[in-house]
Amino acid sequence: MALALELGAQALQMLLVLALAPLMLGISRKIKARLLRRMGPPTWQPYLDIWKLLHKEAVLAHNASWLYRTAPYLLFATTWVAAALVPTYAINLTFSWTADLIAIVALLATGRFALALAGMDVGTAFGGIGASREMMIASLAEPAMLLVVFSVALIAGTTQLSAMASLFIHGSVGLRVSLGLAMFAFIFVAIAENARIPVDNPATHLELTMVHEAMVLEYSGRHLAVIEFAAGLKLLLYFSLLACLFVPFGMVTGDKNLDAVLTGLMTYLGKIILLAVLLPIGETCVAKMRVFRYPIFLGSAFAASALAVFLLFVSRSF
Amino acid sequence: MTLAALQIPAGIPAFAGLWCVAALLAIAAAGVLIGRWSWGYAPIYGACLIVSLAGLASAFWYLWAGLPPETLSLPVGLPGVGSRFRIDPLAAFFLLVANLGGAIASLYALGYGRHEKSPLRVLPFYPAYLAGMNLVVLSDDAVSFLIAWEFMSLSSWALVVSNHRAEENIRAGYVYLLMASIGTLTLVLAFGVLAGVSGDYSFASIRAQHPDAFAASLVFLLALIGAGSKAGLVPLHIWLPLAHPAAPSHVSALMSGVMTKIAIYGFIRIVFDLVGAPAWWWSLIVLGLGGATAVLGVLYAVMQQDLKRLLAYSTVENVGIVFIGLGLGLAFRASNMPVLAALAITAALLHVFNHSLFKSLLFFGAGAVVHATGERNMEKLGGLIHRLPRTAVAFLVGCAAISALPPLNGFVSEWLTFQAILVGPELPQWGLRFIIPAVGAMLALSAALAAACFVKAYGIVFLGRPRSGAAEAAHETDSLSLAAMFIPAALCFALGILPGAAIDFIAPVVQGLAGGRLPMQLGEAWMQNWTSLVPIGSGRSSYNGLLIFGFLLASGLLTALGVHRLATRATRRSDIWDCGYPDPTPAAQYSSSSFAMPIRRVFGATMFHVRDAVDMPRPGETRAGRFRVRVVDPAWHWFYGPATRAVWRTSETMNGLQFLSIRRYLSLVFATLVLLLLVVAAWR
Repeated sequence: MALALELGAQALQMLLVLALAPLMLGISRKIKARLLRRMGPPTWQPYLDIWKLLHKEAVLAHNASWLYRTAPYLLFATTWVAAALVPTYAINLTFSWTADLIAIVALLATGRFALALAGMDVGTAFGGIGASREMMIASLAEPAMLLVVFSVALIAGTTQLSAMASLFIHGSVGLRVSLGLAMFAFIFVAIAENARIPVDNPATHLELTMVHEAMVLEYSGRHLAVIEFAAGLKLLLYFSLLACLFVPFGMVTGDKNLDAVLTGLMTYLGKIILLAVLLPIGETCVAKMRVFRYPIFLGSAFAASALAVFLLFVSRSF
Repeated sequence: MTLAALQIPAGIPAFAGLWCVAALLAIAAAGVLIGRWSWGYAPIYGACLIVSLAGLASAFWYLWAGLPPETLSLPVGLPGVGSRFRIDPLAAFFLLVANLGGAIASLYALGYGRHEKSPLRVLPFYPAYLAGMNLVVLSDDAVSFLIAWEFMSLSSWALVVSNHRAEENIRAGYVYLLMASIGTLTLVLAFGVLAGVSGDYSFASIRAQHPDAFAASLVFLLALIGAGSKAGLVPLHIWLPLAHPAAPSHVSALMSGVMTKIAIYGFIRIVFDLVGAPAWWWSLIVLGLGGATAVLGVLYAVMQQDLKRLLAYSTVENVGIVFIGLGLGLAFRASNMPVLAALAITAALLHVFNHSLFKSLLFFGAGAVVHATGERNMEKLGGLIHRLPRTAVAFLVGCAAISALPPLNGFVSEWLTFQAILVGPELPQWGLRFIIPAVGAMLALSAALAAACFVKAYGIVFLGRPRSGAAEAAHETDSLSLAAMFIPAALCFALGILPGAAIDFIAPVVQGLAGGRLPMQLGEAWMQNWTSLVPIGSGRSSYNGLLIFGFLLASGLLTALGVHRLATRATRRSDIWDCGYPDPTPAAQYSSSSFAMPIRRVFGATMFHVRDAVDMPRPGETRAGRFRVRVVDPAWHWFYGPATRAVWRTSETMNGLQFLSIRRYLSLVFATLVLLLLVVAAWR
């Protein structure tokens, strides 16, 4: 019975991320539209978009290979598994020890690898430019992300997300210089990884500055629906990660009784909706960068997280 | 499992390795005789395959049964001294790597070797090369070690220049020979210092005497140069990307996948075993060089247009990762932390094994591509996923594994290295505390760049549209070569999913090197933690390849099922859209150099002396525009260029000494004598 309850809690998390992912896109699009003095589509529009795309015919180029057709599912699977392994409303779920934070970052890299290859499959200039830039951004963002992982892992003495959250939740760690630097770097990385302004613009088409959208330009129908869904999941994953690492308060730590779970769910929902509101506000305040300014943007994230790690190697009390 | 339980007498398989060496040498002799015939390749490679499998089985058995070390003296070699051989867990592990690589390379060559144009230049040397690598690992005295080492170098050199008509191969062979000589020279010096004045070159007596701190450090530095030059440590790597691609592909696979590992074995044998207790600052040097090697190796790899050269540079990167693990192991060992040392050394050894698997696989794939199209230049390839569908699958597995992507094996060893880095603050030395986070950053950078590099390699070669007629007319390779590719691919999966088994398997090797071991991964409680990989403690870190694989499979299938249930299955084939402006010429695709361009822009100017030269015809001119990129390996620029110039200048100045009168020569001799006497006097 206890096992069934534990498995149920894990399954709830898997379904929760699935259900909430398009909502995050919807909220941030709505807020963005309001900030630009437009009405904007309804908040649930991403659900409708995905439904619509699912019922459209998929158009494949003549020379599209099996890789092109399977890559969306691989991307979705890796993103979903990664998102379901990040603690959302509760820590120490049944499978939380399956993968630590390094493995979660690497799972996202697997999805990116698949999608970048799919972008090159048909052999177009747009697919190539997207894949090439995506890998360039990843090669700058991933080391920064891993250094963020290092810094929080050095503070917590573990790379397990649940163990980190359970340590941070008690507030005994307190405010740290290194945590601040790590959070700064994490936000930069999250912006780059999710293809948001100022690194990439999820709303553009037909611009030479675009990265992610260029890579998936040839996709249509159900494949595109899966890719869009995965993009939403990835955004939610980064929101959950930010919430879990830096504001873990309100998560279920002990028994999973109904009250605790409801409180956990409500606080989680509050945290991620707040982040979904803050994201477009930040985006509206800055302008899109030129491609070759990314190294400066991500380099500052890298430098900040490297500084955090150095400080922690010097003394654990930073 | 004990021996007694199986009723097998100990000692039978211990020296099967030496019999294998003898058999391989006999095959080499046979290669001289039958190499001229067109069918000659089949018996030679078949025999190599069988002998390698026997060697593999004996090494596996040795480790599995946990046999004790055994020594053997043979009255061959130097008169009065003979030569000694020994098998211990470390040797058995590297025999395993060498013979596994040898077996799959021989299997591959059974198919691929048919196309060899001048078989007599390959067939005798190939078994000799395998024998040399086995012999290095088995040797138990400095003389036979060095002879075997040199034998391995020379036989591989012969294979590198087997296609001697290409100008660049001759140059590659020359550079290789030069660097190998320097490496062997430093190893000779290292053993000279180790043996000291007693002159007993057997490893047992070297182990027994403890050199003082200065001599030990000298040996360490010499071994680092000697073994590092063979393994491809920056800046001693320059021969590697020239020589590895020049050989036939199965030999390239062996050189990259196995011979660099034998070099690492040499380093481990000298530094971890023979010298005795390490000083902590050694690890500083190893970590610095390893980190630099990892980053620079993969950065050059991204820039390459030649598929096999890209793979060779990626070998440099992976050697760097192994050396990072070894450096951490040295650091923990010097500070008496056996369990943490065991973690770092496990990571390094696991990466040794993993790299030998996926690099062999990738070179086999490259060989299939080269054979099918006659092109190594990626700018002329493309779309091969349709022409070589099975090779494309195997190559994809190799690319994903080498890019350290879960759930494959490359990720496991990098994950373990990261875990070893994260326990770095336990070390008391400040120097190490500063360098370890920097090395961690370099490792993270190289892992991310490796993914970019292999997206490029796979995307340009196998995806897109064919960029030349040769790529369009390509055809799938033979089934034996394919089998040789799918075996390592399957092992990449197996090791990624059940890394705990491999870690338990190499635990005795690690125990000998680190003085400690990791907790049993698949112990009695293996059902309780569901085969998770738990290097230190369950509260600290864990990774479960099996569950990750299961989750990925389940969620992928679930998604596919859901989509197919909910969505329409209507699919239409049409022309490329490309935002409404499709260009039918394949030249409009992204090319290899354009894919690398952003990374070249970011890292290139400072690190590679990249020169972009654009020659654009003026309006009205009808000639074609030209774009030329020149990427120079900075090792040539900073290290070898000045060295060559210094040698040149010195010899120019010394030239004057050649035409002196007898009077001056005599006075020179006299001056030298006086000087030497003064030195001796001062010494006393």
